[in-house]
Amino acid sequence: MSSVAQAAAPPVNLNVVRWIGFQTIVIREYGRIIRIWGQTIVPSVVTATLYFVIFGSLIGRRVGVMGGFDYKQYIAPGLIMMSVITNSYGNVVASFFGAKFGKHVEEMLVSPLPNWVIVAGYATGGVVRGLLVGAAVTVVSLLFTHLQVQHVLVILAAGLLTALIFALGGFLNALFAKNFDQVNWIPTFILTPLTYFGGVFYSITLLPPWAQQLSYVNPILHMVNAFRFGFLGVSDVNIGIAFALMAAAAAALFAAAVALMNRGTGIRE
Amino acid sequence: MNALSVRGLTKTYSNGVQALRGVDLEVERGDFFALLGPNGAGKTTLIGIITSLVNKTAGEARVFGYDIDRELEAAKACIGIVPQELNFNMFETPFTIVVNQAGFYGIPRAVARERAEKYLKQLQLWDRRKSISRGLSGGMKRRLMIARALMHEPRLLILDEPTAGVDIEIRRSMWEFLREINGRGTTIILTTHYLEEAETLCRNIAIINGGRIVERDRMSSLLRRLHVQTFVLNLRDSLTAAPQLEGYVATLVDDHTLEIEVSKEENLNEIFARLSALGIEVLSMRNKVNRLEEIFMRLVEGRGAPGEGAHGEAAAAQPGSAGAAPLQAGAPR
Repeated sequence: MSSVAQAAAPPVNLNVVRWIGFQTIVIREYGRIIRIWGQTIVPSVVTATLYFVIFGSLIGRRVGVMGGFDYKQYIAPGLIMMSVITNSYGNVVASFFGAKFGKHVEEMLVSPLPNWVIVAGYATGGVVRGLLVGAAVTVVSLLFTHLQVQHVLVILAAGLLTALIFALGGFLNALFAKNFDQVNWIPTFILTPLTYFGGVFYSITLLPPWAQQLSYVNPILHMVNAFRFGFLGVSDVNIGIAFALMAAAAAALFAAAVALMNRGTGIRE
Repeated sequence: MNALSVRGLTKTYSNGVQALRGVDLEVERGDFFALLGPNGAGKTTLIGIITSLVNKTAGEARVFGYDIDRELEAAKACIGIVPQELNFNMFETPFTIVVNQAGFYGIPRAVARERAEKYLKQLQLWDRRKSISRGLSGGMKRRLMIARALMHEPRLLILDEPTAGVDIEIRRSMWEFLREINGRGTTIILTTHYLEEAETLCRNIAIINGGRIVERDRMSSLLRRLHVQTFVLNLRDSLTAAPQLEGYVATLVDDHTLEIEVSKEENLNEIFARLSALGIEVLSMRNKVNRLEEIFMRLVEGRGAPGEGAHGEAAAAQPGSAGAAPLQAGAPR
């Protein structure tokens, strides 16, 4: 310990601090996803493979046509979207709650990064994992069925917005969670049922009218159908309304996360 | 402009605990400043508010003139913090931890890698840079937190018990390192339970107790104000009772150990002369506690500020008073 540190002026350009800080959070999140790939990427790929084998190849043969398409073709966009949803949500809730639990969230809280940069960094990390796993599941689906692409921009926009919404949802869950039970509670009791009833495996036209109306309240129905529209060109919902809802939800969740961080909810006394 | 300026800071936690009760504190730039206090005195809360880990209830704080309410980002850019509790990701490597920390302060990655090498080498962690941090020893983890705090080369370094659990050799080498950093202009605020550490390193001191600053002075002035010291004498022959030494308080600790309180104005020759006259032979002698510890205990136990009224150096605040008047750290008094 012979040399010394120089006292230096603080960074004057706070925009540079924000940009590099944002990149750092994203790089760190990406590093985490890759470092523990057996927990972050592989499970969804295995699950999607099982769905294709059981629901697609075995049961799907009996189902026949759904929405005018082979059943495997019909469920492929839904299964991809399901992996995007669970992974974007799971990444942020696990990573941010882990940072709270291990106290290393303080590394960011004491830094000059404003809260909106921290939220944006974690949300982007969630989006990266959601899209990475989504891409992997897409590759798996190609082993079982042919995927046509009708509107590539719709696919990208729906995938991105959905990943962002659930990444932000995961962030809010992590902010409020006080223990690991509370981290698992929402994915198990809210997210999974909404996903399964969100038109991943079926068209809501199969449902009685009251159940169809109820399904429109489920935001995941709009996401899955927008995504499916990009691939197959068919949808149970109005695509314009679906994108408007997704954009509004993303903006509202981002604002809520930043406001809660500014208040110190779950991170400061 | 001071490195730190705190006015009327209060904090009441949601459970009703009043951790700070109107703290005023000034720390001059370039200072090596000790913030001492017993457990629960409010040290960590005060540091938490300055670093925005704790929401304040009232009052204001400025770091190099930047108000933490209005210019929080600029204020935080000036601060490096070494917290009391380990707070890095135990599953990451030291190299990754310090490089990422630099990124949070806007240091480009290429520069961060260079600095990581510099500080990890200085803190003798370079050989372990690729190890998972969980496997580092306690001392290494502490040094890693110092390296991390230095990555953006802060103007104000706050160390909250940085040497807790560190062996004496490493502790002394850390002292040397901190002295050098301070010598180059970095203001350092140190909290520690090793009072010898504070006495050795710091030029100015504040003692906080019950959420209030109860003493604030130059270290040298404060130590001069200690007018009573307790000496422990190791005796050749056993005694059954403490000897009667007029003008002194003598206590027999065990049959071969005698404690004597000696006022600063009295010389030790007189005591030895009296003991010799009584046929008591002293083999060795030591201070019961170090000087700062003596002062500290008097203040936090509410036994009065040392030297109060005895040497004309009024304490900045009396124990238990409603907040001390802020004094300029480093200013000649």
